[in-house]
Amino acid sequence: MKSKHTTKKRGGVLEGIRYDIKHNPYLCLLCLPAIIWFCIFAYSPLVYLLAAFKKYQATKGLWGSDWVGLKNFEAFFGSDAFFRVTFNTIFLNALFIVATMFFSILIAIALSEVGNRLFKKVTQSVVILPHFISWTVIALLCEALLKTQNGFINNILVSFGMEKINFYQDASVWPVLLTVLRIWQGAGYGSIVYLATIAGLDQEMFEAARVDGATRGQCIRYLTLPLLKSTAVMLFIMNIGKIFNGDFGMIYNLVGTNSMLYRTTDVIDTYVYRMLVESTNIGQSAAVSLYQSIMGFVIVMASNALTKKLDPDSALF
Amino acid sequence: MAKQISEQAMAAKSKIKMTPADRVLNGFFYLFITVFAVICLIPFILVVSSSLTQEQALTTYGYSLWPKEFSLDAYKLVMVSADIPNAYLVTIFITIGGTVLSMLFTCAVSYALSVKNFKSRSVLALFIYFTMLFNGGLVATYLLITKTLVLQNTIWVLIFPSICNAWNILLMRNFFNGIPDSLAESAKIDGANDIVILFKIILPISLPGIATIGLFYALSYWNEWYKCLLYIDSSHSQYYTLQYLIQRILRQVNYAANQPAEAVGLSAVSLPTYAYRMATIVVSTGPIILLYPFLQKYFVQGLTVGSVKG
Repeated sequence: MKSKHTTKKRGGVLEGIRYDIKHNPYLCLLCLPAIIWFCIFAYSPLVYLLAAFKKYQATKGLWGSDWVGLKNFEAFFGSDAFFRVTFNTIFLNALFIVATMFFSILIAIALSEVGNRLFKKVTQSVVILPHFISWTVIALLCEALLKTQNGFINNILVSFGMEKINFYQDASVWPVLLTVLRIWQGAGYGSIVYLATIAGLDQEMFEAARVDGATRGQCIRYLTLPLLKSTAVMLFIMNIGKIFNGDFGMIYNLVGTNSMLYRTTDVIDTYVYRMLVESTNIGQSAAVSLYQSIMGFVIVMASNALTKKLDPDSALF
Repeated sequence: MAKQISEQAMAAKSKIKMTPADRVLNGFFYLFITVFAVICLIPFILVVSSSLTQEQALTTYGYSLWPKEFSLDAYKLVMVSADIPNAYLVTIFITIGGTVLSMLFTCAVSYALSVKNFKSRSVLALFIYFTMLFNGGLVATYLLITKTLVLQNTIWVLIFPSICNAWNILLMRNFFNGIPDSLAESAKIDGANDIVILFKIILPISLPGIATIGLFYALSYWNEWYKCLLYIDSSHSQYYTLQYLIQRILRQVNYAANQPAEAVGLSAVSLPTYAYRMATIVVSTGPIILLYPFLQKYFVQGLTVGSVKG
């Protein structure tokens, strides 16, 4: 962000605020509601992170509960769940990022290459549409498509003389299944940014290449793709920064409490949620939650630092 | 001039002959897009068709792209049940109320962030941006809302915690940054204060931006189910949202699917019928799908502005 000013005259922050209160009182007033909101809903929960170091008991409250040091963390790092949920979170997100990016770019290039205006407009609208459907609805749809008895997909498999797949009991198919659903839901939407980038490219460059005898394949390979690189890198890094945030909405709705599928689908977010609601060990769930926040923060900072080195223009802040 | 040239270039493009390889590539692109679009569309057709099919036909033949035996029973059931109309009211209330509050908070702070002689703006941007990098996570937020604020089991818990969104605020600031400073400055010389300038001058010319960000907020309120799951218990079902009703149906279905056969037999009575489930989806998602063609351009706009670095 605009950190240049702050670094230039650190210590001038308070002075700046004092200046603004005196000279821009109405602007301060405009900021106030949002500042209060962020203090309450974004900053004050940080106090409750102390629960991670306590044996939290609802009756005693946060301050009354006993300190246990790092015990909650030790319990989590020592359990099987630690490796499972960490691996699943990173692995699934990595699959989603790569697959969605690949298909988003493919869709964007295909849409920019097709000549028919009406076809382009209609199909573009259709491929974006799934993004506006919530995961609750998608999950209910999936149940209809995937169920073993009379499910749409299994009916098709049977009619081709193939074996039925017990989707809701077979954990090994889920990483692929979730990735497919992610592509279905997000690739069209993701293509918007790439399409806008392609539309902003200098068309005459393409004409020149065509006149010089380049085929359309060569134009895509040597012009479009390299020019999309900086957009792709920026989005990739933004997504890497979020790699520790499991998609709770997606996983919880699709998998729910079906423990047969946890092996491949249980992510940090669903694990924390279950601990929070199902067990009384709030301290430990707070510890896992804090672990996630810290790892997320470290990853964002690291990926941004890396970008700054490789390509300063794509860095986020 | 530049336009003329590009028009010539367009004309030249159509004159350049396609090689056979180009034709194959072109065909592949058409095919790929068509297939992807069809796959995107099929589930929607399945839902609508199933919701219009008689229950018995669904259980015997399964889902199909065209209703085998047409029936409106599922929709009659949806209308009769008390939950759905009530959930509709709750959802509309939080969508309208929430979006209005969100936009007031967002526009106010984003405008301040965009004013060049507001000295604290970089600190404020950092204050807001930091919440995107590091947050308390689920447990801390849950404890805050249930223990300190005691908002659980009220309708406000569906609105208050979602009023501000750091990303949307920064997007809105990008929109405001595009407005020339001279407008506000001349109004200031005429004696108007910043609040008047925002509402009288800046907002009326920022309608595309307001529409985009407003839609982002509205969609997130409309699709709200997570906060119902966390903060509203079954004794306060009058605050359930539409999406949460669907979630509950889903859980009943999944629960039954995980039970041994005999247990399913017992609970099958309370299980919502297939057509009813699909009709619920149509009723809850319908408004978005119907509005979608009119809204699409604003979403596209928002995303493109979002990719411009702030």
